[in-house]
Amino acid sequence: MSIDKTSTPAKDHTVENSAAASGAATAVDPRLLVREQGFAGYLSEFKRKMKAGDLGSIPVVVGLVIIWAIFTSLNSNFLTAGNFTNMAVAMVGTGLIAVGIVFVLLLGEIDLSVGSVSGVAGATFAVLSVTHGMNEVLALVLAILTGTVAGAVHGFFFARIGVPAFAVTLAGLLFWQGFMLQVLGSNGTINLPADGLVVKLTSYYFSDVAAAYGLAVVVTAGYFLSAYFDNRRRAAAGLPSRPLNEVVVRTVLLAVLAFVVAIVFNQYKGLPLAVVIFLVFLLLTDFVLRRTSYGRKVYALGGSVEASRRAGINVELVRISVFAIAGTFAAIGGLFVASRIASANQGAGAGDFLMNVIAAAVIGGTSLFGGRGRTWDALLGVMVIVSIQYGLALEGVASPVQYMITGGVLLATVVIDAVTRKTQKTAGRA
Amino acid sequence: MVHVSATPVLALRGVSKRFGAVQALTDVELEVHAGEVVALVGDNGAGKSTLVKTIAGVHPIDEGAIEWDGKAVTINKPHDAQNLGIATVYQDLALCDNIDVVGNLFLGREIRRRGVLDEVEMERRSRELLDTLSIRIPSVRIPIASLSGGQRQVVAIARSMLGEPKLVILDEPTAALGVEQTAQVLDLVERLRERGHAVILISHNMADVKAVADKVAVLRLGRNNGVFEVKSTSQEEIISAITGATENAVTRRAARTNGEIKK
Repeated sequence: MSIDKTSTPAKDHTVENSAAASGAATAVDPRLLVREQGFAGYLSEFKRKMKAGDLGSIPVVVGLVIIWAIFTSLNSNFLTAGNFTNMAVAMVGTGLIAVGIVFVLLLGEIDLSVGSVSGVAGATFAVLSVTHGMNEVLALVLAILTGTVAGAVHGFFFARIGVPAFAVTLAGLLFWQGFMLQVLGSNGTINLPADGLVVKLTSYYFSDVAAAYGLAVVVTAGYFLSAYFDNRRRAAAGLPSRPLNEVVVRTVLLAVLAFVVAIVFNQYKGLPLAVVIFLVFLLLTDFVLRRTSYGRKVYALGGSVEASRRAGINVELVRISVFAIAGTFAAIGGLFVASRIASANQGAGAGDFLMNVIAAAVIGGTSLFGGRGRTWDALLGVMVIVSIQYGLALEGVASPVQYMITGGVLLATVVIDAVTRKTQKTAGRA
Repeated sequence: MVHVSATPVLALRGVSKRFGAVQALTDVELEVHAGEVVALVGDNGAGKSTLVKTIAGVHPIDEGAIEWDGKAVTINKPHDAQNLGIATVYQDLALCDNIDVVGNLFLGREIRRRGVLDEVEMERRSRELLDTLSIRIPSVRIPIASLSGGQRQVVAIARSMLGEPKLVILDEPTAALGVEQTAQVLDLVERLRERGHAVILISHNMADVKAVADKVAVLRLGRNNGVFEVKSTSQEEIISAITGATENAVTRRAARTNGEIKK
């Protein structure tokens, strides 16, 4: 090469530059959003989040309070211990399926088959245990695995073949509906024994008052200890940590909530087993999503598929597994639904059931656009849906009006989601 | 070639690459030393991206040799390049908007403690990394979406530094950035050099090249068209090498008197 003028690398200005750099590192950028310590800092952080459209669970909690206030004013039976407990048990089936939907929504996808798959699980259990006399636990496991396999099949067609999830799960909706009818056979309905395992899922109550209070204590203490030790580790590592009084305030709020719920349960039949199982699954899935690298991958896929792929994430595997999780929760939820009516029948998973499940996840605050949401959203959302159903039923309002009202609430939620996204975009947070 | 000090970290010897009927690269030579910023410039279609992709392992080379620390190596997969210690930051940023800075820095290589994400350790290391690079962002716990374009670029570059690479390839890092943000990224490039990393910087922006690069390697129509030392070369000389204008006193004078540069 004729015009090559390569010479010594620039060593001379290196020294002065590094000195300048180390000086700059200690200076604090005035634009930094440094959070003040203490309550004032918490308040300003909250205000900033509200302005940026980071509403979190606030709209749904406010909505829930309004719904309860309206129904209580219409009918004093609405907020009784009995009605509250019944609602709590009723929401478990829908809520568990909605947990699976949250996983799928986090990817920015949709699963339309969960209603049918839940019906298949109920039918499978009924046929295996009642018709064929199989061991109940084994039948239960097989019924749940049916859901896992169904979900994995959807995931395979979506992730490997590249069929849109909407189309795959629409096909699944029809297929599993037919499969359920086939499994149930000519009888159409199979009744489950009242003292059987599955019926007990929703009919069993821990009638000892200590159970509900004990659970409240465990939950509160668990929250406090994990927050406390987490903070201590952060402080030890020299990272900003939450002030202790904030942790205490949060713990007290949680404790009040937990004990109010426990008191209400104890005024009726005690702590429902179904609610305990629901809580366990919520804690478990929340842990998986927020504390494991698997959960991080799910969120990453919802944020940017390309970025995930370049980071070495096995995109196909995560997608298939998420649909398998949705199928699994659909099956578990389906067993709770079958449990409440003590039978597996041809109507399972039909009608507005699927829409209620998806609505629950979305109303709770999970974004339809992917990457944003928590499994606790499923709990909040299903509380709204079930409250509306029970409130209107108490008023003697027919199901056409119920559908319309639920539809209206869903629309309002999606509008909030879309508007939030817009606000976040203008605030540079979406 | 005039060889300087030690063996180059990366040396390309007579590299050629062909896509079907298109000869994308012909006999290309390139050397990068530790602690040196080499700007790779050239017009659109000159083969800059192809060259970078051969180094990053996206497209294996057809002919020629790649030397790493003086030893001949073959790079057939992106993984090969990563294992050697080559980190590439592409033009379209590979970050997830919904995840916070710490999460993005460690995406795909999370630190775990008893099987659970070790957020404390990851946050500590993130702060350490950002501090050593003098990167300032509002908080390591806000989603990438709330950062400016320059801050995102800086995070993307910092992300590539986690594997302690010897060579960092930056593909148009300042392409979509404003004045101040560009300055942030250029500062960071200088810091990479101070820390002894070899840097290949692809850029269309002559001001950036003049500001941070030590050498400029010009590609034209898939061939070398000169390697210049930035300090002793005028912008016009580089531009005429890029455009292929014959380099002589007349064109230089014409460029000066017209006061503008022919594109």
